[in-house]
Amino acid sequence: MPKQSPVPEDVDRGFFEAANQDRLVIQNCTACNRLQHPPQPACGACGSADHLEWKEMSGKGTIYSYAVVYDSPVASLQADQPYNCAIIALDEDPGIKMLSHLPGTPVDEVPMDAPVRAIFEVTQATGQKVVEWQVVN
Amino acid sequence: MVTPIAPASMYRTREGLGLWEHKGKVAAVGVGHSKTARRWDGTAENCIGAWAIEAMRKAIEDAGISPSEVDGIVLDTTTTTGAHWPAGRPIPTEVVNAYKPTDDPLDGIAKLSAEWLINNMPELTNVKFTMVGPGCMSNVIVVASQAIGDGLANTCLLVKAWHNLDGRYYQGGANAEPTISGYAKWSNWAGPASFGTATQFQRYLHKYNKSHDMMAPFMINSRENGLKFPEGYWYQHRPEHLTYEDYVNARWVAKPANLYDNDIPIMAAASYLFTTADRAKDMKQKPVYILGHATNATPKIRSGQPTLEECEDACATTGRQLYEAAGIKASDLSFENMYDGFSLFHVFHLEGLRFANIQPGEALDYFQSEDISIHGPNPISPSGGNVGSGRTRYWKHTDCIQQIQGRAGERQISKPAEIGVSGGPMPTGGNFTVWGANPD
Ligand SMILES: [Zn+2]
Repeated sequence: MPKQSPVPEDVDRGFFEAANQDRLVIQNCTACNRLQHPPQPACGACGSADHLEWKEMSGKGTIYSYAVVYDSPVASLQADQPYNCAIIALDEDPGIKMLSHLPGTPVDEVPMDAPVRAIFEVTQATGQKVVEWQVVN
Repeated sequence: MVTPIAPASMYRTREGLGLWEHKGKVAAVGVGHSKTARRWDGTAENCIGAWAIEAMRKAIEDAGISPSEVDGIVLDTTTTTGAHWPAGRPIPTEVVNAYKPTDDPLDGIAKLSAEWLINNMPELTNVKFTMVGPGCMSNVIVVASQAIGDGLANTCLLVKAWHNLDGRYYQGGANAEPTISGYAKWSNWAGPASFGTATQFQRYLHKYNKSHDMMAPFMINSRENGLKFPEGYWYQHRPEHLTYEDYVNARWVAKPANLYDNDIPIMAAASYLFTTADRAKDMKQKPVYILGHATNATPKIRSGQPTLEECEDACATTGRQLYEAAGIKASDLSFENMYDGFSLFHVFHLEGLRFANIQPGEALDYFQSEDISIHGPNPISPSGGNVGSGRTRYWKHTDCIQQIQGRAGERQISKPAEIGVSGGPMPTGGNFTVWGANPD
């Protein structure tokens, strides 16, 4: 699907640089040993900005939930309506959630709790890669 | 005078705070509503500022007091969640100049300040206290109750207004661009505003083995109650009953949220007159006492949008906070008017409150098997909420006041209306109030 190209900013540059190398990294506070996503300028638990690192993930997760979008205000997505939009829970920490359009999964045939794996998709406007997820068969 | 935003100290944001220190010392008395419309017609007389003034004057008259007695205004200065004034669109000078403006030409048109209201209500000669309760009438009520209890004001007008423009919510702007910056880059893959609630409800259906059509009795009941609400949009403009077929066959927006699960944006304004319990005794309407309030301001959302479990936890916490603040039990509630925009999360609120002893996962079954109408033993959303009267997030509060005053008209619940609860907007972030016929 023609997603908008995310523009990397200081707070999330590490995530998007890794995505361009086909790697999934998540922000981790080494003081708390706690992952957080989306990226923030400081740790949501201890408040420190000095112990944040980018930690490589296995790229494995499960489908926590989803909705089928029929009426999106985002122009670039409207041609593909209706489309799946799922919430992925990461295996390393199911509290960490990411959105996915589940490429390859038919509309409204989303298997709840099914295992998924990360893939990396090029967005049109800038070529920036993003993390997507596919159901593991 | 520049109106400050309410400080954090005015909100009760956690459990363990005990009874609200001003329980029964603050009362709602007067209610005023503007007319409603789907969208602004562009005229000066129907700008949102004019409608707010109309509502405020009605609230004063309803309470039966002189405008000079009003010494406080608490309001939300934002008058939309999605109908923002388009960049580059000329601001109609004839509308601006029809009123005594402030420095911001959109004031009174697409936003609303206390300064604009005072400029244009010369009868308010004695306002010494103004404060902003951001986002919702739910917030305004908490701030005004606390302010009066704390002695910052004696007699306050509470104001919440909603403008609506032509065009659709959230279209254009960043959503029309090929790139995306800021935090929206993590959420824009989804699209519609109801996506988050839809995914929570999807998980709910999976967790408890339920189906979306089980919402139908609630939706039908809410519309019926809305059609008994003369101040509301559906009553005034589209007096149509909602059938089971209408609901289950409606187009999806973000399945499992359909058209009716998404409240319809409208234009409207409401105002309440709050004062001390002592002063309220001599006013024209029966006082409705504020028994307690609670705010869910620091939800523990782990990642992006809230999960079902985070919503369930937040709603249960809100319930416990409310009961603690008001010194009541769930079984003391005569009715409930928790928020419903989006309709699907009303079930989280019902279960969180344990209203009518509904436990987690039981609300949809309750809708099928029990009488949830105004004539039943446990009226659910007798206001009809946003579902029944359009997007204002305040019908529920008006209904709490009117039910307890015994002047809800056709909506009046059959059982005695002694204690009610209302609040919103989101399960994981909002302000909530317990209202009582008696101060203790
Ligand atoms: Zn930390």
